[in-house]
Amino acid sequence: MADHAIHNHDSHDNSRLWDGAKEPFKASYGKLMMWYFLLSDAFTFAGFLIAYGTLRFSSPAWPVPDFVFSSLPGDIHHKPLIFVTIMTFVLIASSVTMVRAVQEGHRYNKKGVVFWMFLTIIGGLSFLGCQAWEWTTLIGKEHMTIHNNPFGSHTENGVYLEGDGHDIKAGDQFKVGDSYLVHKHDGHWAPLSYKNEAGATKTQQLGPKAFGALFFFITGFHGFHVFSGVVFLLIIMINAWSGIYAKRNNKYEMVEKIGLYWHFVDLVWVFVFLVFYLL
Amino acid sequence: MGGHLSYEEGKKVVVKGLIILAIVTIAEVIVALLGKGYLIKGFHLPVWLMYFLMISMSLYKAYFIVYDFMHMRYEVPGLVKSVLMPTLLLTWALIAFFTEGKTWKEWRARSKDTNLYISNIPVEKQEKSSLHNEIHPGVESTTPGQHAPVEVKDAQNESHGASDNKTDAHSEPKEVKHAEEKSH
Repeated sequence: MADHAIHNHDSHDNSRLWDGAKEPFKASYGKLMMWYFLLSDAFTFAGFLIAYGTLRFSSPAWPVPDFVFSSLPGDIHHKPLIFVTIMTFVLIASSVTMVRAVQEGHRYNKKGVVFWMFLTIIGGLSFLGCQAWEWTTLIGKEHMTIHNNPFGSHTENGVYLEGDGHDIKAGDQFKVGDSYLVHKHDGHWAPLSYKNEAGATKTQQLGPKAFGALFFFITGFHGFHVFSGVVFLLIIMINAWSGIYAKRNNKYEMVEKIGLYWHFVDLVWVFVFLVFYLL
Repeated sequence: MGGHLSYEEGKKVVVKGLIILAIVTIAEVIVALLGKGYLIKGFHLPVWLMYFLMISMSLYKAYFIVYDFMHMRYEVPGLVKSVLMPTLLLTWALIAFFTEGKTWKEWRARSKDTNLYISNIPVEKQEKSSLHNEIHPGVESTTPGQHAPVEVKDAQNESHGASDNKTDAHSEPKEVKHAEEKSH
């Protein structure tokens, strides 16, 4: 009963709206609080991304993202940013199907709501699958962890003395800012040695530790948002299917609220994409 | 609230949104790759232009998602302000923390202590001592106005080793041992 009054904007029983004469901001309690929750979540993410920027600014060298994120499934390498662009499309597409679900809810089309929410869930799961692959490659093949970051970048010009015979050969030159990946052979780090312009012989060092920790923490936090979003979408899809939202007679507002959350996840990805992969 | 658009209009916004977001994302990636010289050999965009384009395109995407997908466009002004205006506080966070980051960089350069954040290759460790530099300040730290350039010159000349990065010293033997166990 209370539910009905809170959610129904066309209700004549105005005295019950938020127990005042009218709804603040002409929005239901649940929807307004969803907005404020998202605002607080935006601050959390902003804090993380600003921390990334701060540590990056504080470091004389930072791995170049186009170099770090350049692998594709099927053993394809040196294709910068392609895979993460696909991930972004998947998330955008799932946001679009979510908008369609909300629209169908407004016209009380139960089948439409369930159908479009189902597609949204597929999109969310696909995104998580992509992320799982990305993490697996970084951890399993390239040995990046929260403690070690094998992606370094040169702080001086120089020439390699010995190559790994594959990507880098002895005699290859590099410039300040060029990135490299320190490989592991038989469980040991196998850094290459090089000669700098002053003639000193040196070996590659691992990159800034913070890079790995920040990457796994921030994309992991976002991925956890996607995962919990998928769980909520699933619950609400089943509820919509069962018909309880139709009975509430409030234009499937629950679908609208989870829609806000889902778009927010997409919104955060816009900035994670910018900060981690583009800049 | 929704319902300010007809059903057909709403459907059009969805298609439009999909196309706009896809195009802007592709444009961002092209700017990133073009700017860093991946598309045309030897051609780089100026860094400021590249960053300006990428950041403004991301902000446009964010605006589109919030206003059209999340229907902020159809909310009353009070709600819009109460949700969006607090985010302006982040401006200060950006200025304060990025300035802080730059200061850390200068301090690290001054103490030449790059090892605090660039981890060593675990197997070989003859890195210069960070503690040593702090306890017995070198010539460059007695002249605070001068910032020593960022150097990674180490290894050969100074080998105070061992005492410095304690965490590494503890974790290394374990790691190597572990790897050996596996290989046998």
